[in-house]
Amino acid sequence: MSVLLAIGTRKGLWLATSTDDRVTWEVTGPHHPMTEVYAVGIDTRRATPRLLAGVTSEHYGPSVATSDDLGATWAEPDHAPIAFPADTGESLARAWQLVPGPASEPDVVYAGTEPSALFRSADGGRTYEFVRGLWDHPHREHWTPGGGGKAIHTVLPHPTDAARVTVAMSTGGVYRTEDGGESWEASNTGIRAVHVPDPYPEYGHCVHKVARHPAAPDRLFAQVHHGVYRSDDAGETWQSIADGLPSDFGFPMVVHPNRPDVIYTFPLVADVMRFPPDGHCRVYRSEDAGTSWEALGPGLPDGYWAGVMRDAMCTDDADPAGVYFGSRTGDVYASRDDGDSWQLVAAHLPDVLSVRAARV
Amino acid sequence: MRITVLLPGTLREKAGGESRLDVEVAEPATLGTVLDAVAERYPALERRLRDEQSGLRRYVNFYVDGEECRHRGGTATVLRAGAEVHIIPSVAGG
Repeated sequence: MSVLLAIGTRKGLWLATSTDDRVTWEVTGPHHPMTEVYAVGIDTRRATPRLLAGVTSEHYGPSVATSDDLGATWAEPDHAPIAFPADTGESLARAWQLVPGPASEPDVVYAGTEPSALFRSADGGRTYEFVRGLWDHPHREHWTPGGGGKAIHTVLPHPTDAARVTVAMSTGGVYRTEDGGESWEASNTGIRAVHVPDPYPEYGHCVHKVARHPAAPDRLFAQVHHGVYRSDDAGETWQSIADGLPSDFGFPMVVHPNRPDVIYTFPLVADVMRFPPDGHCRVYRSEDAGTSWEALGPGLPDGYWAGVMRDAMCTDDADPAGVYFGSRTGDVYASRDDGDSWQLVAAHLPDVLSVRAARV
Repeated sequence: MRITVLLPGTLREKAGGESRLDVEVAEPATLGTVLDAVAERYPALERRLRDEQSGLRRYVNFYVDGEECRHRGGTATVLRAGAEVHIIPSVAGG
């Protein structure tokens, strides 16, 4: 079994490949040097998985690169693959998310962008069309930038109903469509907002990441700016699952590929203290959908003061699952046993912004 | 009239390897109309110079006969026949 781990950083993309069941890794890079890689995707719906990378040059702007040979070569369209229509007056800052659509639409890929907008590709992620329904939402003028920028950082196409898509943005919160993107509804009931006077507004939340398992599509998990939540009704309502964690602050939220009740996050002390608690680098895992949590430590260091960004944690699709995360100090750790133990895959990279892994 | 565009090394692959482009544009020419002409021939180059609203990328400088265009009128800078537009990435990055 070969597993590919794509590592997007502040200064390029690295690719780690393991051919021995994730015991050892060969790392190549930088691919797309001196670009910020906020978004990586591995579209495994194709015979040879397609790699997608949202690459942004500080000088020459954003683009989307694709590879159909596992990163040996890359292609970019001549014309901008993601472009805001003229009437919006906006221009793309960067793609924050590149997500393959449902199995029933094998050429559909979604892009979440900064500024906050959704784009849809019907050609496998090479070029994208603007989803105007979300842009025209009356709430949009009230969406504001979080610390990282005003972006749609999460796109969750429903696994079996192509008309249903859930997105999340900071700030703005969670929104859902059930008609293919024509209309959108804010879906934040039960999520507490700590940065506005009303603790339970309809929208405006600083949601950091939302995840779901395809076998349980109505169950969502969210890591919020001070809050960890689960929804059992597709985002209609949310309940806190933060009890048992050392902190309710953090960025990633990841679901196990084979066990829908197993989730992972990486707590930081607080928004004003963005360090792992006591300097202990620990992934936290719940095996009961957030009812209880355990710290996963073997192989992870102490005296560690780096955070993990919202897209810098992922799983692969193997069994037992591989779990991966990269830090802002450029360390990338992998587990080949559902998170029970960890090993260092790469160190001293630029700060890690995104990781994705899959069997290839 | 003819305008000469000089490209930095990092962008030449987007222009078929050329370091210098001779661009024919109608009078009166501006930096914007020159970049429009560049877009016709080399869209992959032009989108690295301007965003989709035709705004100049912040960290790309365009020296028109030796003077950075933002001191003259940006994309509305009027060009003389035979003018030289020297494109140089600014000092940026970390």
